[in-house]
Amino acid sequence: MIEGRRLVMANFWVAVVAFGLAAIMAVMQALARADAELAIRSTKIYYVSVTAHGVLMALVFTTFFIMALGYFSLGAALKRVDTTTWGWISFLVSLVGTILATLAILSGSSTVLYTFYPPLKAHPLFYVGATLLVVGSWIWCWVMIRTYLVWRSKNRDEAVPLAVHGMVVTVVIWILATAGLAVEVVGMLLPWSFGLVDKVDPIVARTFFWWFGHPLTYFWLVPAYVVWYTIIPEAIGGRLFSDRLTRVVFILFVLFSTPVGFHHQFSDPGITSGWKLLHTVTTYAILFPSFVTAFSVIASFEVAGRLKGATGLFDWIAVLPWKDPFFASVALAMVTFAIGGFGGAINAAYAMNTMVKNTSWIQGHFHLTVGTAVALTFMGFSYWMLPRLTGYPVRLRALALAQPYTWFVGMMLFSITSHITGIMGMPRRVYSAAFGGSEVAASWASLTVVSAIGGVVLFVSSALWLVVLIVSVLGEKRPERPAIEFARPLVPVSGSAGLWDRFGLWTAVAAVLILIAYAYPIAHLLALPRFASSAFQPF
Amino acid sequence: MWTATFLLVAFVLAIVVSATVSAVHPPSHIETIDPAVVRTESEFSRPGVIEDEHGITVVVLAELYRFAPETIRVPAGRPIRFRVTSPDVLHGFQIVGTNANVVVAPGYVSEVVTTFPEPGEYLIVCNEYCGLSHHLMQAKLVVESTP
Repeated sequence: MIEGRRLVMANFWVAVVAFGLAAIMAVMQALARADAELAIRSTKIYYVSVTAHGVLMALVFTTFFIMALGYFSLGAALKRVDTTTWGWISFLVSLVGTILATLAILSGSSTVLYTFYPPLKAHPLFYVGATLLVVGSWIWCWVMIRTYLVWRSKNRDEAVPLAVHGMVVTVVIWILATAGLAVEVVGMLLPWSFGLVDKVDPIVARTFFWWFGHPLTYFWLVPAYVVWYTIIPEAIGGRLFSDRLTRVVFILFVLFSTPVGFHHQFSDPGITSGWKLLHTVTTYAILFPSFVTAFSVIASFEVAGRLKGATGLFDWIAVLPWKDPFFASVALAMVTFAIGGFGGAINAAYAMNTMVKNTSWIQGHFHLTVGTAVALTFMGFSYWMLPRLTGYPVRLRALALAQPYTWFVGMMLFSITSHITGIMGMPRRVYSAAFGGSEVAASWASLTVVSAIGGVVLFVSSALWLVVLIVSVLGEKRPERPAIEFARPLVPVSGSAGLWDRFGLWTAVAAVLILIAYAYPIAHLLALPRFASSAFQPF
Repeated sequence: MWTATFLLVAFVLAIVVSATVSAVHPPSHIETIDPAVVRTESEFSRPGVIEDEHGITVVVLAELYRFAPETIRVPAGRPIRFRVTSPDVLHGFQIVGTNANVVVAPGYVSEVVTTFPEPGEYLIVCNEYCGLSHHLMQAKLVVESTP
């Protein structure tokens, strides 16, 4: 039994429900783009569902799952969560926010997609709901920080357990990222949606959005890395490759995750090319810890294979537990992430970006990264976590094993075709890709059909995950539960808190980097003669 | 770690060198305009192709849910400057199959300069979600051979 178990499970189940709703919307979208004849098909429903899918998957599923993972990591590694009362307040605030935003979206009054770029204007409840979701997550951040500090005050010189290190880093990234979001939503969009202000400047809003929007991806990714580094090596009988290196990787994410937002705005007017170039360099810097992760997590797999007796150059791959749904999920997530990572390097490439900007390439890209590297890791982790936390063993093992493989196949069909149609020029977020019978649009058609098949396979995989979870918790509980053990490093840790555990110091350095990256360009934008824009609701 | 470092340095150098030496930049034009008057009191009230001593400029208005002009004719082999703005929401201006792809925002003028070596027809699409008929917003670019 760990501290905060109920908090883990409450947040986990909200994530599961959000995922299920979003999966239903997704399959409909993939079919619409292939121009399949559906019983319910209209532009209104399509764009509502794109908004709902984006918000529920990218913001709700991830945030609640990560909050669950945070309570799990601290509860299991530090044996404490201070205080669970605030944990429940966080849960309720986030849940109320989620429900308000979801209702606003489903009512059709807030079809602004999950990027909610003004001057598209949603119903005020949408912004209020999103704000509450974030405020709830801030309370979670406070619980995490407080728990860490209480533990720290009693263990002055000890190195913080690695899983906790990763979660504290996640919290820091989230706070730095949401600072930009708060400026946009509280400073600009909320007063505007309530009618207190007439106009907003879309480029200023986008700049604050992407201050948040890129570190958001590391808020998703670092918790997945926590699973990759601190749980999977032990679960498959291996060792963590290097404790020190992992701490360095996490800290590099704190430093470089935020000052990179302009690579989402390469084609925006109003921002000079010099600042875009600076953000390009910092974006490439953030590739470094991911490259190191690819190397060191695979090294920990190799160690596992060799401990099982493999001796040749590659036979350690064959002896890995490919029939364990948790391992299969993580391994396939990593393969996918490698492909997605190289695509990301192209998105971030200063001038190459223009070939793929806002095409279906982008939707292919983030379905490989957040949609698979992160989501599949989380799904796989749930098979490992559920019996350990609740005592319910995973039932329907065959379906649980089929789930990560079908996800992988579906995602390859969907994402690879999206990448190709993107290069061929197909724009993203279109209800139909026919463009009035245009010749070039006709050349995308067969690929959008493959993409739709991928969408259906993904939907089957989503259903498998939900069925396995539900059937498992309807079964019998076992009194003896498998132990929760974190990965041991190849070389034992020396035991003292080192430079890489000094979160305050690194947060301060990160804040300085953000200031360097944003202070001048934002001041420059604000100094331009600006006219801003009135609100529009073309939906 | 050394491999990772080497790869990154190579990537960044390739980008920085091409940006500084060959001046390859993404479109980063800085010019603001009042979106309330673009339809009536600016060059965007008369969208179209203009040829003067600066070369060929195409003035495009991107609005819900059309581009004006709907058909653009330009000569092949000469640099073309596109100037685009929006009186309403964000739009995208993407000439499919080329490197002309820019975000269009109300209040700002976006510029992109490109050359089409061969004559032919190109599809222009909006690639930034702008409302219920986003997927219908399109125009045609005809690149004509120069005598």
